[in-house]
Amino acid sequence: MAHAGTLEIKSLSKQYQVKGEPLPVLDDISLTIKPGEFVSIVGSSGCGKSTLLRLVIGLEDEYQGEILLDGKRIVGTSLDRGIVFQEHRLFPWLTVEQNVGLGLLNNKEFTESQKQKTIQEHIELVGLKGFEKAYPYQLSGGMSQRVAIARALVNRPEVLLLDEPFGALDALTRAHLQQELERIWAAEGITAILVTHDVEEAVYLGDRVVVMQPRPGRIKRVVDVPLARSRDRGSYAFTAIKDDVLSEFGGHDNPRQDVVLVDDEAHNWQFAW
Amino acid sequence: MTTSNASTSPLWLLHPARVPKALRGWVIPVLLFTWWWAAYRFAWTDSELFVPLSKVIETGWRMSASGELWHSLGASLYRMVTGFVLGTVAGLIVGALLGVSRLFESLVGPSFHTIKQVSLLAWIPLISVWFGLGDPAKIAFLSLAAFFPVVLNTFEGIRSVSRDHIEVARIFAYTRRQVFTRVVLPSATPSIFTGIYLALIYAWLATLGAEYLLTSGAGIGNLLVDGREHFWMDQVLLGVIVVGLVGFILNWSASKIEARLLSWRGRSVAQF
Repeated sequence: MAHAGTLEIKSLSKQYQVKGEPLPVLDDISLTIKPGEFVSIVGSSGCGKSTLLRLVIGLEDEYQGEILLDGKRIVGTSLDRGIVFQEHRLFPWLTVEQNVGLGLLNNKEFTESQKQKTIQEHIELVGLKGFEKAYPYQLSGGMSQRVAIARALVNRPEVLLLDEPFGALDALTRAHLQQELERIWAAEGITAILVTHDVEEAVYLGDRVVVMQPRPGRIKRVVDVPLARSRDRGSYAFTAIKDDVLSEFGGHDNPRQDVVLVDDEAHNWQFAW
Repeated sequence: MTTSNASTSPLWLLHPARVPKALRGWVIPVLLFTWWWAAYRFAWTDSELFVPLSKVIETGWRMSASGELWHSLGASLYRMVTGFVLGTVAGLIVGALLGVSRLFESLVGPSFHTIKQVSLLAWIPLISVWFGLGDPAKIAFLSLAAFFPVVLNTFEGIRSVSRDHIEVARIFAYTRRQVFTRVVLPSATPSIFTGIYLALIYAWLATLGAEYLLTSGAGIGNLLVDGREHFWMDQVLLGVIVVGLVGFILNWSASKIEARLLSWRGRSVAQF
């Protein structure tokens, strides 16, 4: 079984070419994430937080600086890093268990029976026992996102990346899945990086909250969250940290409405849990 | 108003509540055949341009017993299947190449899109010069009819594969071949199926066209031509009915197969 990885990001910068002009997206990002740590990255739209995850997962190359996992430079995608996107990205022609098994196709460490076993374990881990044969169209948004989490974890990666995983879910489902994610993270003992624009989510889940600011994307501040788990969202200490993080979004450079506490886009019309 | 009249009008019998859903499609054919039968039964017409239903049934029986009907139908179906298979296989290959390879698309795409604008019927003179009037010419024409929709829909299906899904495959370190067989192909299947389905319908329509325009040998189209030339209206009408029935059966089986193969799309689209 893989261990939790150490992720080091050193002076990372990234530009896109827009109409021949270089447009800086990320500027001099440095961040070290300890094995088993949960780091939340929060920032308004366009601060490059998703680009940062795409670089770490290996979907984008061409950057300045270094991204090291356990001291080794990241080149391309690899089974030791898993990711959950905002959209579940399940394959509609495959059942839940086949979707979860997608990641095991090129996994040489497991035998066929081990693969079956780990698929089943991960379906149970995300609480979808009994839905193995269901197709994505039969699942609610929250259930689909659970499958996506299982799929990301099935290779037992060292790092789990989460790119606004609950952004499209309704508030109730989101709160519930945040608890579930905390449980899963603790159970797997994995290093996790969560990108979100929801400050409460960032504080609820993170050991540290990295606040980013846009144009170009930089780290503005890193806020420690020294609260015992599982955290009480209504407690004074929780609210104080949340307000502290929110205060970073007060400047006119960053209009506060860019950050949403609870965003009520009910994309999810199905009954979800 | 309408409700009070409903019980007195004969249409009342066709009220949705009285006709089971599965049988509703039969309402119009039954009405039509009844009207046809009645037109002769009650002597509303004695036109030579049309014949009584009974005569068509009689002719059908006679030609079926003599084997002529089955021989013609068999010849037509054989052509259709051969042409359909050739055209579809070629279409799948060309469509997949166009979809997968940018180089192939830039080389072949413009010519293909120009040629597909040429009406199918415009190919007939060329084909008859090259292949004569026999089976090879007809099959060439049929394969052409099946080829175009398969190419277009295969290409379209492959090109509209979601980037998001490709990224998932990249994250799991899939090879190019694995991406093609496990992501591109399944996600293009509905579109490819639409192409094959259209090819089946076009091939059947073109079978009749080919037999009508390239008149030699046997076939349902030849039955129609013969009937018209000898003014055997019963044979013409029999031909029309058989053509319609075959088309219906092809359509129905294709939609059943599609619903089965693509059940993952859910009830809303898969069911006919």
